[in-house]
Amino acid sequence: MFSRAGRNSAGIAVLLAVVCILPFIVRPYQLDFLIFMFINIILVVSYRLIAITGEFSLSHAVIMGVGGYASALLTLHLPISAWISMPLGGVAAALIAYILSFPLFRMKGFYFLIGSFAAAEAIRLCWVQFINPFGGYRGLRQIPVLEIDLGDFLYIDLGAPVPYYFFALIVGLIFLVIMYRIEHSRFGFVFHAVHHKDMLAQSVGVNARRYRTIAFVTGGFFAGIAGAMVAHYITAINPGLFGLKQMLFILVWVLVGGLGSFAGPILGVVVLSIIDESIRGLNELRPAFYGLILIITMLFLPDGLVSLPDKVMQGVNWLRKREDGDAPNRE
Amino acid sequence: MTDLELILQTIINSLIFSSFNALFAVGLVLIFGIMQVVNFAHGAIYMVGAFSTWYLYSENGVPFFVAIILSTLLCAALGLFMERVLFRPMRGNLFGGLIVSVGMLFILEVLSVYLFGQGLMKNITPYFRESWHVFGIESITVAHSRLLVFAVATFILGGFWLFMTRTRLGWAMKACAQNPEAAALQGISIGKISMLAMVISAAMAGAGGAVMAPLVRITPHMGSPVLITAFIIMIVGGMGSIEGALIAAFAYSFFHTFVTTYIGGEIATILGLVLMLMFLIVKPTGLMGERESV
Repeated sequence: MFSRAGRNSAGIAVLLAVVCILPFIVRPYQLDFLIFMFINIILVVSYRLIAITGEFSLSHAVIMGVGGYASALLTLHLPISAWISMPLGGVAAALIAYILSFPLFRMKGFYFLIGSFAAAEAIRLCWVQFINPFGGYRGLRQIPVLEIDLGDFLYIDLGAPVPYYFFALIVGLIFLVIMYRIEHSRFGFVFHAVHHKDMLAQSVGVNARRYRTIAFVTGGFFAGIAGAMVAHYITAINPGLFGLKQMLFILVWVLVGGLGSFAGPILGVVVLSIIDESIRGLNELRPAFYGLILIITMLFLPDGLVSLPDKVMQGVNWLRKREDGDAPNRE
Repeated sequence: MTDLELILQTIINSLIFSSFNALFAVGLVLIFGIMQVVNFAHGAIYMVGAFSTWYLYSENGVPFFVAIILSTLLCAALGLFMERVLFRPMRGNLFGGLIVSVGMLFILEVLSVYLFGQGLMKNITPYFRESWHVFGIESITVAHSRLLVFAVATFILGGFWLFMTRTRLGWAMKACAQNPEAAALQGISIGKISMLAMVISAAMAGAGGAVMAPLVRITPHMGSPVLITAFIIMIVGGMGSIEGALIAAFAYSFFHTFVTTYIGGEIATILGLVLMLMFLIVKPTGLMGERESV
């Protein structure tokens, strides 16, 4: 009846309508949850941008923190609006990612994994150690919020949940489109190439390390902005926000959702966040549920949640074949 | 305390610290060598060892050494479970083992919070109260419970070394680490060897936790800093290389203890991480690593 494209765009339109109405019908604390979900979506999609080049980094949470700290420090110590400091936070994160890429991309596989973790931990410990300017364990406080101030004409305080919800939604959508375009550009194809056919790509003159660095820096930029978005919303950040746990959550979201497709990590964040929210009553037991879901997914759906429909279809076909009997085999 | 005495004291502290680090890191490296799994739950097993020692000895009055042995056995059983249920189906899946071990880390930490509560201080009344004065010098003291760490770590590592060099099973294990396919062709069961390796590794972490229990604060998250140290040791030593891990454990522990004594703990960790990165720029496969994985 409808073409596939037509159905897809109709679906997206419905989804957008729901997302736009949502902030007015949910409870306030659920609004916070949705805002963090949008920020986390930016985070995982930017992580996927790095991971499709074939290297799993464990520094993403700290790179995100670099963006948050940089943007917060700029607004706290200089007369700069958060509108300018947020992109600068992203640039700072990209810069740190670029510096880290020199030692890190000499390594591969597990060396890279652990190396990136160690490098990130060194940065995080610097935030703990150097109380001036980073504030130590207690972190930074009273970070200015975003505001739209056009004099008498218009004033919106983006520190409030509903306006910030729309801000996060719009920024998230724009970033998703940009990152989707990057992945489907020539760059994106090379990212895939250096993952799946590393040697072949190098033999036709692709500098694999250079492209990995580009992916790492680009992903770092978006993560940095996500970090700045966190900082200017909750107005207080500390090193604990960007520790190993946060990094492991990113990894869980990406891998449970499915690294293989663009939608996978997004699905991972949405599904796991909703599950997490619905078991809010369990409090300290929540990470164990995460762990359980993680293990079950890896055991039964190694390609992530996005492969669930395919798996179900396979199962249905298999059952159907059994019902038909072994007739085709006897021919 | 004179300068010389301080140096002597620091050297002794470093030795004890490195024996523990070596014990912990060798377990981690063993698993990576045999199964290609970076076990994030290794620190959690250490935590389980410490918790069960505390629970048995302090809460239920089980004799100290029996508690240590029981805790070690409990952790070995935990390792057996993890190999059979989690790591075996993940064989050949490069990051699968890592991910399920992260899941296990979450579960074990939450379980300990659930069973024993988070905030309460879990103090163990020390079994040994005396200290040893090195060379009879009054100002250099080593508590006997710290000597126990050194003794247990040396004993287990020595036993492990004998096992690896003197027994056929040990050779089989080495063969599995070097070339699993060739080992399988010689009739070595990789499944059995993996199981044994995981049991040994978990027992090492558990025993480490048990003997460290009277010396550290027992919390559900006590494994993370130890695991980070072990990662540094593992990667500087070369992944999968036990000799490398031993050398790196000594080097890192001496460095860390001296910097901690003379400057400060956080700085020591930061400098350690930075030195590790610089070392890897020069030699990206670590001290003893030959092949680059992937």
